[in-house]
Amino acid sequence: MPELALPFVTTGAAAAGGAQAILPLVATGLAYDAGGQRRLGPLDLTIEPGRRTVLMGPNGSGKSLTLRLLHGLLQPGAGRIAWAGRPADQAIARRQAMVFQRPILLRRSVQGNLRHALQSRGIHGAAQTARLAAALAMADLAGFADQPARRLSGGEQQRLAVARALSLQPEILFLDEPTASLDPQSTWQIERLLQAAHAGGTTIVLVTHDPGQARRLADTVVFLHRGRIVEQTPAAQFFEQPASPQAQDFLAGRIVL
Amino acid sequence: MTQEFAAAFSLAWQLLASADPALREIVLRSLAVSLSAVSLACLVALPLGAALAVTRGPGRTALVLLLNASMGLPPVVVGLLVYLLLSRSGPLGALGLLYTPSAMIIAQTVLVTPIVAALARQIIADLHAEYDEQLRSLGLTPLATMRTLLWDARFSLLTVALAGFGRAIAEVGAVIIVGGNINHVTRVMTTTIALETSRGNLGLALALGLILILLALLVNGAVMALRFSGLKAAYA
Repeated sequence: MPELALPFVTTGAAAAGGAQAILPLVATGLAYDAGGQRRLGPLDLTIEPGRRTVLMGPNGSGKSLTLRLLHGLLQPGAGRIAWAGRPADQAIARRQAMVFQRPILLRRSVQGNLRHALQSRGIHGAAQTARLAAALAMADLAGFADQPARRLSGGEQQRLAVARALSLQPEILFLDEPTASLDPQSTWQIERLLQAAHAGGTTIVLVTHDPGQARRLADTVVFLHRGRIVEQTPAAQFFEQPASPQAQDFLAGRIVL
Repeated sequence: MTQEFAAAFSLAWQLLASADPALREIVLRSLAVSLSAVSLACLVALPLGAALAVTRGPGRTALVLLLNASMGLPPVVVGLLVYLLLSRSGPLGALGLLYTPSAMIIAQTVLVTPIVAALARQIIADLHAEYDEQLRSLGLTPLATMRTLLWDARFSLLTVALAGFGRAIAEVGAVIIVGGNINHVTRVMTTTIALETSRGNLGLALALGLILILLALLVNGAVMALRFSGLKAAYA
């Protein structure tokens, strides 16, 4: 894979102007209930800085729920999430970004979407212009800057969503199956962006169903089943010697009940 | 009946073709009053609709119910309430607004505001459901969320404003109470039609009615063209 250098991704706390570190991210006894039923947890999970953590598991295992709880889009029913020992606050939230399975693009042009995100984080003027141009180049969408974002192809829309997230210079990027409905070429382009972001120091937390993608991207694999973590190991170990029967079945292509 | 319609069409055409000064005055006043009322209503109702769509809290459901119910406010009741407010002995009597176009604007604003707010709330709530996770992920405040939604829903909200304009321009009960239908002062299309009908000038009344419909069609056409251009660009 040819190397892609992101012009504005910097390592860890440096991106936040020397602010206090927010990683590791440690979830303890994390649980989520809905409709009077436990949907997730309790689970313990640690996201180390600079690592690529991939959440895997069958449908309904709680991968997306975990991601939303960590990012703060959902509030846990029980447990604690600590960012370098501190609870989440607005400043910590502004040092994260998330990409969704179905890109949520505003009814604006390509650059209008990027500008909105940058403005929301207080980035204006020359800095905004520079980041906008860099994001367009990164996503290979410079020629589409004035096009309505929702008229782009599925792959282009997701590239824009990833570029929009990366233009915020997040220290940690959450991605919920960003390539689930994309063809191999588009998947490769998204993965290239993620590799470059990781090389620039961004911590990645990715949900995927695709074992091939997990092999290509993961440093650590967290395997969930029925709302619980059944395995949390280095990627190489997970793929060579999965410890849990559920992970063994999943990797062998058998149906995991 | 057919002859009456033909005569009314002919009269309407003559009035338009001759640019009748009395007609022009009434048409312009009608437009000025109703467009002012819709503009004022939008200033209040769009942020109100957005706030109700975005925020959660006690009393919100009751407020939405009240708003939806207010869409059917009887114009004569609104006219009566505004009359009581603006009459010499009323709380705003000192302003001397009764029987002026301003009083008519106030009455129409009261009528149109719930319509615009209720419809805007629904449109913005639907868009909010779509954008919610992205906007929260960006860390937007409720105010910034409302701004984003209002801007992105602008073409749909134009149609809402149009519905408000339709209600305002066709309204007669409230404006006749607070305006008094005074010639050269507060006479508008609908009150003129009511007056000419009561005088037995059915041809003239029908001709004015046709011009009123034409006006509504023109405004509708303009807004639809604007909305279509937005849809074409996939912004709507």
